Amino acid sequence: MDFDLSEEQRLLKDSVDGLLGDSYDFEQRKKYGAEKGGWSKSVWSKFAEQGLLGLPFSESDGGFGAGAVETMIVMEALGKALVLEPYLATVVLGGGFLRHCGSAAQKAEHLPSLIDGSKTLAFAQLEKNSRYDLADVSTTAKKSGAGFVIDGEKFVVLHGDTADTLVVTARTGGGQRDRAGIGAFLVPANAKGVTVKGYPTQDGLRAADITFNGVEVGADAALGDPANALPLIEQVVDDARIALCAEAVGAMEESLKTTVEYIKTRNQFGVAIGTFQALQHRGSDMFVALEQARSMSYFATMAGTFDDARERATAVAAAKVQIGRSARFVGQQAIQLHGGVGMTMEFKIGHYFKRLTMIESAFGDADYHLRRVSDLGGLVGDQ
Amino acid sequence: MDLSFSKEELAFRDEVRSFFRDNLPPAIREKIVEGHHVSKEDLVTWSRILNKKGWGVPHWPVAHGGTGWSPVQQYIFLEELQATPAPSPLAFGVNMVGPVIYTFGNEEQKKYYLPRIANLDDWWCQGFSEPGSGSDLASLKTSAKRKGDVYVINGQKTWTTLAQYADWIFCLCRTDPSAKKQSGISFILVDMKSRGITVRPIQTIDGGREVNEVFFDDVEVPVTNLVGEENKGWDYAKFLLGNERTNIARVGMSKERIRRIKELASQVMAGDRPVIEDPRFRERLAATEIELKALELTQMRVVANESKNGKGKPDPASSILKIKGSEIQQTITELLLDVIGPFGAPYAPEQDDGGNELADWTTTIAPGYFNYRKVSIYGGSNEIQRNIIAKAVLGL
Ligand SMILES: Cc1cc2nc3c(=O)[nH]c(=O)nc-3n(C[C@H](O)[C@H](O)[C@H](O)COP(=O)(O)OP(=O)(O)OC[C@H]3O[C@@H](n4cnc5c(N)ncnc54)[C@H](O)[C@@H]3O)c2cc1C
Repeated sequence: MDFDLSEEQRLLKDSVDGLLGDSYDFEQRKKYGAEKGGWSKSVWSKFAEQGLLGLPFSESDGGFGAGAVETMIVMEALGKALVLEPYLATVVLGGGFLRHCGSAAQKAEHLPSLIDGSKTLAFAQLEKNSRYDLADVSTTAKKSGAGFVIDGEKFVVLHGDTADTLVVTARTGGGQRDRAGIGAFLVPANAKGVTVKGYPTQDGLRAADITFNGVEVGADAALGDPANALPLIEQVVDDARIALCAEAVGAMEESLKTTVEYIKTRNQFGVAIGTFQALQHRGSDMFVALEQARSMSYFATMAGTFDDARERATAVAAAKVQIGRSARFVGQQAIQLHGGVGMTMEFKIGHYFKRLTMIESAFGDADYHLRRVSDLGGLVGDQ
Repeated sequence: MDLSFSKEELAFRDEVRSFFRDNLPPAIREKIVEGHHVSKEDLVTWSRILNKKGWGVPHWPVAHGGTGWSPVQQYIFLEELQATPAPSPLAFGVNMVGPVIYTFGNEEQKKYYLPRIANLDDWWCQGFSEPGSGSDLASLKTSAKRKGDVYVINGQKTWTTLAQYADWIFCLCRTDPSAKKQSGISFILVDMKSRGITVRPIQTIDGGREVNEVFFDDVEVPVTNLVGEENKGWDYAKFLLGNERTNIARVGMSKERIRRIKELASQVMAGDRPVIEDPRFRERLAATEIELKALELTQMRVVANESKNGKGKPDPASSILKIKGSEIQQTITELLLDVIGPFGAPYAPEQDDGGNELADWTTTIAPGYFNYRKVSIYGGSNEIQRNIIAKAVLGL
């Protein structure tokens, strides 16, 4: 058993922390958020220069062949700095599809521009009635000649308004909630029939509602088997959940640190409020919640590489439950301990709280994943 | 022991219920149901409807426009008002400065201010907190120096709710810098149009602008605006804060929100069934309803005590109402957030009076959750309330 980072992983962590330390304080973040599209092209280029965008892709695809731990390191750092750029959407989600099952031609078309930072991707999955069920798909991809015609509506597509290419889940056969008959398709965001309505989200990121109206794509748009892509989708979404767990850990760590600093310096009744035992205990409980979340983030990161899809799914769902609960507690208490200033846009702590809240419901909230863990038989098996 | 309302009380409940139902403009009700801001005009309109009926300030003494209702009737009135749901009258006027004026003010002040408060002719805001003085309010620094017929006020207040609408602000100011903390403070009424006042909005994390900083730069206020005696302001402030307990539990409001949750959770689908049919969700909702029922009965016990012992003395039990009331209100915003799930993400901040084309009931839910973190911070934070229970009840 070894929880230590390797030399290379430590270097990666130092370099990401260094990069964000230099270019991503709270004031800079505000500026980036105000840029067109809601994030900074120049920061994104720096990510590319440091090799962060190519991290998980194989060397033959132009990447660095890094594993799950490396992604975790990056996501934690992004969480700590509350980064707005589309790393999850582009590298983990869009890139994940290409990495797991992209054809040679699809990789050749999309990966170089992803890795060099010139193009971004987004994942269009949520529908009006699907909520968290990945198999609940009403958008259709009807065969037409050699290709497909896509019709349907997708909601809250993270970074969907700046993406060049969308990965869209759509049904090629079967009924609304059948596991079979679901495909994943690469669709250029500027294709005819695609309408993108972008907006800011509660946490200062951006998303889009996207309509597909008779959008024609070729046969080569399908990622994997167009009639049976659900296992692939589940794997990529699990990767995203794992990444979100790490991001949340980073955000919680920074929330706790900021809060502890605050209560050490805020004076009321002639003393620092951090001297009140009630607040000391609250801080301690936040620390416990953070560390329990961190442990489950590690667990999920390891589970991401399990071959057994059921085992992976159970572990990732369990981690998402723990992260959801810890995030809610840490986020709420961070505000509470700040008092009035915690309620303001001007202070950074509220922005951590909001990001944590959005992570809670991304790809399944705690209730949803709790049901999955219990349906899958829990975590403690026979001896 | 009898936990039910008497026949007369039930008849009274029906009377206020139907009055609210028949007289509240439906558009205002709709806004509250959907979680939108109620505008200044809305509150003025509604306050005047109530006042015309003679219900603008029901809890005040009859001589000043009150109704003479029993504590149980007062309680029923507030519960029904919140459950309608109708806007609550502006607390800064009717619950805070009004009672201070009719209890400690002089005749002239009573005659001038009280009817204007009841009719919401004057919008009041509360100038207590300062950047360095929150929980430790008595450490406040804003000074009022007497110079002939005026006080000259210098300093800064903060978190001043809805000061952007305010005609008047009631302030705690230090009039005797040499006295001990609590003893050198005075309660002064200040016209917001006075020269030297600057209001700067503070944006809250939900995107709203309900609080402000208020700066005082050599603001001259006639000495006749002092309430009661100079340097006795802390006593009046304690009296005022004690009065806050009347509707702090907000049981009626929480009931209305739970009905709203049930309505929405039957509409929003989670897979092949509405959210309300998810057993985990149902159980959490039921658990909240149980907490709320317990709080309702606790509140009624406080009210009954008040009927027996008379008003006035702050009851440490009101700390229970504050702690539990705020926790339940916050839990309710979490349940709403869980109903809406991923569709709560779009951010469409509302203007105070206008809309936003993206805004609808779905966009008010996450901001409502963020915004309601305030209820365990203001009005004496929940930590301070626990300190009060530990000291005043448990004797620790
Ligand atoms: C939305 C909003 C509206 C408001 N409206 C008004 C208004 O209209 N007028 C007005 O005058 N004020 C208003 N307030 C101010 C409010 O009353 C203060 O925020 C409150 O008193 C807390 O003070 P503070 O924010 O300075 O926090 P602090 O007092 O600095 O407290 C920070 C944290 O320390 C804790 N703490 C402090 N002392 C102790 C202790 N002894 N033991 C244990 N824990 C402790 C607190 O509970 C809190 O968690 C408003 C506040 C908010 C958030």
